[in-house]
Amino acid sequence: MSISKLQARTPASIAFSILKYVCLIAASIVAILPVLVCVFTAFKTNEEYQITSPLDLPASFGYLTNFVEAWDKANMFTGFRNTAIVLIFVLILSIFFSATLAYVLNRFKFFGNEIIRNLFMFASLIPGIATQVTVYQIMYSLGLINHLYGYVIVLCGTDIISIYIFLQFFENLSVSLDESGIIDGCTYFGVFFKILFPLLKPAIVTSCVLKGVSIYNEYYMSNLYLTRDYLKTISTALYAFVGPYGSQYNYICAGVIITIIPALIIFLLCQDHIYSGMAAGAVKG
Amino acid sequence: MGNPSGAATLSGNGSSFLSRHQKGFVIFTFMVIPMLLLFLFTYLPFFKMIQFSFYNRNYLSEGTFVGWKNYLDVFKRDDCFKVLWVSVYYMAGAVIQLALALFFASLMVFKVKGSNLYKACLFFPYLICGIAVGYIFKFFYAHGYVLDNILMALGVAEENLPLWLQNTKINNICLAATSVWRYTGQNMVMFMGAMMSVDSTLYEACELDGANNWQKFKYIILPSIKTIIVLNLILSISGSLCAFEPPYVITNGTMGTGTYFVIMNRIAHENQKVGLACAMAIVLLVIIVLCTVGQKLFFKYAYQTSDDGSDPRPRLKNEKYAAQKAAGKAGV
Repeated sequence: MSISKLQARTPASIAFSILKYVCLIAASIVAILPVLVCVFTAFKTNEEYQITSPLDLPASFGYLTNFVEAWDKANMFTGFRNTAIVLIFVLILSIFFSATLAYVLNRFKFFGNEIIRNLFMFASLIPGIATQVTVYQIMYSLGLINHLYGYVIVLCGTDIISIYIFLQFFENLSVSLDESGIIDGCTYFGVFFKILFPLLKPAIVTSCVLKGVSIYNEYYMSNLYLTRDYLKTISTALYAFVGPYGSQYNYICAGVIITIIPALIIFLLCQDHIYSGMAAGAVKG
Repeated sequence: MGNPSGAATLSGNGSSFLSRHQKGFVIFTFMVIPMLLLFLFTYLPFFKMIQFSFYNRNYLSEGTFVGWKNYLDVFKRDDCFKVLWVSVYYMAGAVIQLALALFFASLMVFKVKGSNLYKACLFFPYLICGIAVGYIFKFFYAHGYVLDNILMALGVAEENLPLWLQNTKINNICLAATSVWRYTGQNMVMFMGAMMSVDSTLYEACELDGANNWQKFKYIILPSIKTIIVLNLILSISGSLCAFEPPYVITNGTMGTGTYFVIMNRIAHENQKVGLACAMAIVLLVIIVLCTVGQKLFFKYAYQTSDDGSDPRPRLKNEKYAAQKAAGKAGV
């Protein structure tokens, strides 16, 4: 990152530095403040919440009643469990399907190859929310409503980002890898699973990040297809919890903070992977 | 799209019957499930949508054929086509968001102390789930709460404070601002990735020539990411037309904040006018397809000369960005 190591220290460059830090610190504060205020509010008792300004620190960070209330009333545990199950299955399945599809489309010339690419291309233009009116009827007639596996299937079915990531990645993987495998007596399956799949790691990271964020955020479809209480995902659990509390923001903020914590932990643990996944998804994607 | 001939192909020992047989088997087994899913959850609903758009029907009844009436209604009713104007706020928001992201990314490409911390702060909002973002900002904008208190602390008189979410002059701006808050960091990380992929010897050569930071930005950074910027700008148009989450969660589309999809959702699920909702969806899809075709033509003519020599697959590349963004941008 040390691009400007040769830079001389002139008054102009010092002024530039100061301005730079002011901008960055101000932007960071703006980015974090709305969340920070929620953290403060989540630790306030009812009376405290009513008399103090939202910007004031809570009397103590040990008051956890709001969190307990949110955890119990919103069935947060169920929400996290369901979201985790959906996340794991969708990531595994959609990565597998996208990788195999991209392998076939990239490595084999056959009638319909271009047609299939065009079909996926056009599908990516259709806004997801728009088609849900009719997807609902299909889900209904297939009996997939109110089953976690139904939700997993519909999420896999609308996965186009990963396919493009893998297609791009395969284009940069040399065909000589395949050829040497074939010469050594591998089948095409052997080539894919033994030689190519282990090399796909960067593409897998990228699609895990992009796909993972979008699943974790998904509200519209889980609201339509998972209506039972024991099937709620984290988004729908939070949404259902908040309604009855109207403007009791100390409870609402506690619920919000609980949903943020796992995202924060994952972010802190795999920061670099997430950044490189994001960047690769955009630049090379 | 794309040219599969440009993709690497396993050159054919097609003479061997066994290998040809195996190839067909691989193609079939690897494609059958994804294609089935694509048909079931994208194309079947899509064709059904076209069919429904000519009927006056709800979820259960078969309804009656009404011809083009639903389409005429989309353009005639006050709450359908006209609400696309609300998207202009989100488009403006997207432009501001890209400008901010570009600005912060360029600041951080130069050596900055604690850049990881700023990067993390700016990026983290992207990882908060959409519903939580909605509630954070409901609280933020609520009368007498966070934003009001901040402004009062800065010396704004209490009686001058507007009702952020009820005042029809500013509520759409407030909602679009939440998108800016949420996605600026993500765009910034994207831009930084593109800037980092520039050969670092270019920067060093530039410094030896005595270039200052502005010149480095103008002559090295900007040209290297020009394509991504232009592409994101164009994509933000279709992304803004699809804006859904902020108004849906924060105001539920009241007080003139209903975007096209919020209204469509209401017509489909609350009013049960499935035919009209399908017609709305088709109209929007036509607009998005027109935008995409326009974008492709733009890239074809604007970048033809530069791309022809250096990159063998320019068209394919652009389409990929488009596909990704279109797919990822569902919840602007």
